[in-house]
Amino acid sequence: MKLRRSRLYVPGNNPKMIPPAGLYCSDVISLDLEDSVGPEFKVDARMLVSEALKVIDFGPCTEVTVRINPLSTPWGKWDIEQVVCEKLSGIYIPKVESVEDVIQVDEMVSRMEERKGLERGRIKLFATMETAKGIINAPEIARASKRLEGITIGGEDLTADLGGERSADGLAINTARSLILLAARAAGIQAIDTVYSDFEDEEGLRRETTMIKKMGFDGKACIHPLQIEVIHEVFNPTQEEIRYAVRVTNAIERARKKGSGVIALGKKMVDRPIALKAERILARARAAELSIPEIEEEG
Amino acid sequence: MADTGEVEWVENQIGRLVPRSINGEELTPYCGPFNAVPRNDRKHGPRLGYIADQTSEVIATLGAAIEKVGLKDGMTISFHHHFRNGDMVMNMVLHEIQKMGIRNLTLAPTSTFQCQEDMIIKCIKDGTIAHIEGGSARGEFGRLVSSGKYLDKPMKIRSHGGRVRAVEAGDIKIDVAFVGAPSADELGNLNAINGPSACGTINFAYVDVNFADHVIAITDNLVEYPNFPMSISQEKVDYVVVVDKIGDPSKIASGELRVTNSPTRLKIAKDTVTISDLLGYVKDGMNFQAGAGGISLAFNEYLHKLIKKKGITAGWAQGGTTKFLVDMLKDGTVKKLITGQAFDMVAIENMKNNPNHVDLPIGAYANIHGKGCTVNKLDVVVLGATEVDLDFNANTATMSTGIIAEPVGGHSDTAAGASLTIVTVPLFRGRFPVVVKRCTTVVTPGETVDVVVTERGIAINPRRMDLLEKLKHAKVPKEMRICTIEELNRMATDITGSKVEPNWGNKIVALIEYRDGTIIDVVRDVVPKYYDDAVYVDKDRE
Repeated sequence: MKLRRSRLYVPGNNPKMIPPAGLYCSDVISLDLEDSVGPEFKVDARMLVSEALKVIDFGPCTEVTVRINPLSTPWGKWDIEQVVCEKLSGIYIPKVESVEDVIQVDEMVSRMEERKGLERGRIKLFATMETAKGIINAPEIARASKRLEGITIGGEDLTADLGGERSADGLAINTARSLILLAARAAGIQAIDTVYSDFEDEEGLRRETTMIKKMGFDGKACIHPLQIEVIHEVFNPTQEEIRYAVRVTNAIERARKKGSGVIALGKKMVDRPIALKAERILARARAAELSIPEIEEEG
Repeated sequence: MADTGEVEWVENQIGRLVPRSINGEELTPYCGPFNAVPRNDRKHGPRLGYIADQTSEVIATLGAAIEKVGLKDGMTISFHHHFRNGDMVMNMVLHEIQKMGIRNLTLAPTSTFQCQEDMIIKCIKDGTIAHIEGGSARGEFGRLVSSGKYLDKPMKIRSHGGRVRAVEAGDIKIDVAFVGAPSADELGNLNAINGPSACGTINFAYVDVNFADHVIAITDNLVEYPNFPMSISQEKVDYVVVVDKIGDPSKIASGELRVTNSPTRLKIAKDTVTISDLLGYVKDGMNFQAGAGGISLAFNEYLHKLIKKKGITAGWAQGGTTKFLVDMLKDGTVKKLITGQAFDMVAIENMKNNPNHVDLPIGAYANIHGKGCTVNKLDVVVLGATEVDLDFNANTATMSTGIIAEPVGGHSDTAAGASLTIVTVPLFRGRFPVVVKRCTTVVTPGETVDVVVTERGIAINPRRMDLLEKLKHAKVPKEMRICTIEELNRMATDITGSKVEPNWGNKIVALIEYRDGTIIDVVRDVVPKYYDDAVYVDKDRE
């Protein structure tokens, strides 16, 4: 299981912010060529990012990705041409509204992999829906490419497109969040939430992250390294959850050894959803390198 | 100024060449942090006073007071630095002395700030000041010392505790101590918690008033006799001078100190708290000190959170105090605060009415040749540095260009005293590596530094086998990397290239005196090479 709890945006035209970006151990880094870079710096940023990808070691715990400009802009195509390289793990495509938006990027990446002699199909894609149209088409978009490992939502742009207001309760975009999550799960890929913009408001971030985790999201984007720890804390299973999951798997194991079809933990039946949840929690705990206790129980 | 060719050199215990003697004065090479015993048998004694039936010591003008104490050519004068960059006392006094035509003085301040630089430099150039007994030098003043052009003897750079030792031992014989006092009465009972220039404490002046032959208090707030509390009592003070203003309150205290926003610095601070915890030092009753720099404030914040989370209580904290420490005192996460300097208004206000927040003579804080000091009771101290080297030696006096730029403060005192000394530094600054093979100048010996925390890795001093052993069994979070100091150096130089040695000249401009009076390193003059502004530029001549 690939952990993508936190995804840190790094402005692609800031040479001071790029080199240390890996130090904070977000699960994903997105070197950004799109919204954090003004039109006059697009070319500089592209050159900086493509060089940074080649020479900077972002460390072992991070998946290095680039957010390109949409192909509908004058920059998107050149972004792909230059950033595709050995060290790039994935591309985030912004403002996706249709299946074609993803397919076009997929084809261009394939061409680049071939031209640059890279392993075929290794670079993953992630689509961001930021308009009503994109959200409505999400179920198809989520199945658009084999490279696609996750879809995500762009909170600010979407709110503007809907004519709503950004608020602490997320009223304007919560329906879209649910649709994205449904589309992702139906396609068997990950769902990643938008940023929480006020990086000094730790409690607000914790509240929103807790909410989207409860909804079922796999992770959340962040705009400041300070946000990473909070997001990880929320997404990491608690020790009680881990202990319970261990006991569930123990019970399943015991039943299997006995050849019994009925699995019981204490007085409770362990049914399929409980077993699945336990599995998911343990997979998360393992991926996050959390300690998993061994629990002996009298059978 | 001593020429490097004229002195006899000897290697001290950390492998630095230092002179055996300079200008006829015997020097003792550094021989380990706790090995040098006092050279003199007794403390230096100040003059007796004679007050007869006098009922007031208030003198109308500063000039009259200076005349009365008999300040003459070649004498030594001292100042405290509690008014920080808002100080008006030193400039006022130097201006008066200049007018009176007294020359060849030795200036022995506890520290200096930018607001005093112009005046000090003028006085050095016109011969009013001939010599500096540190304390520290920074800014333009530091660059002037580094130029080697104006002073006839090398300056001695001393830690806070080291300066107290030097005054008590008579290495610095203060003839007249000028003490800026936020409140005073007519016989010279002084304190720093009341008045328009309140700065919380004037504890840096305690040793000066005890050992100077004469003490002149300068105040802008004369109060009814007797002035309570008597932080400095009347028996030490010769005269009181009342002036309009001794300080600029907006610059005495920083209005609101802010925790850094820099992600790398925050990471350093957080990792420092985590490593202290992993090593078992974040525990009930822990005593700690961290400064008021961005990393230190963030360290305080993270430590505060961790202490709350663990449900423990720290014993006491000391050093420069700020709102961040006062917050801990108020919510009971630390029991007591000891202030060396009060850095913001919250700390100053809190000292007025909180019995668990006190100041302490600097001798009681850090003097190794006293009879007890708080640094020895510290569990954890968090310090900065301009450089750290492969032997864990730390430089806090010069930049990598060799120029004297930073005050050394209580760095070497707390490092020697604390059970766990952590130096927090970015791996590199601009084009300069910070973890280097060999420090440009050594202030704090590596034997007293236990851990170096950078944003890219943490190194434990191999002398501390116990810490390395503890870490073997600890679960280090994956965003923290434990490595050797050599690895840190390699990572730094991979980014910046290796350190460029300063373009040293052949004059000795400063001696770095360790807290026990031995010489740990020397600083030479720097000759401009790549950049003209690398050393002091004589503005008057331009």
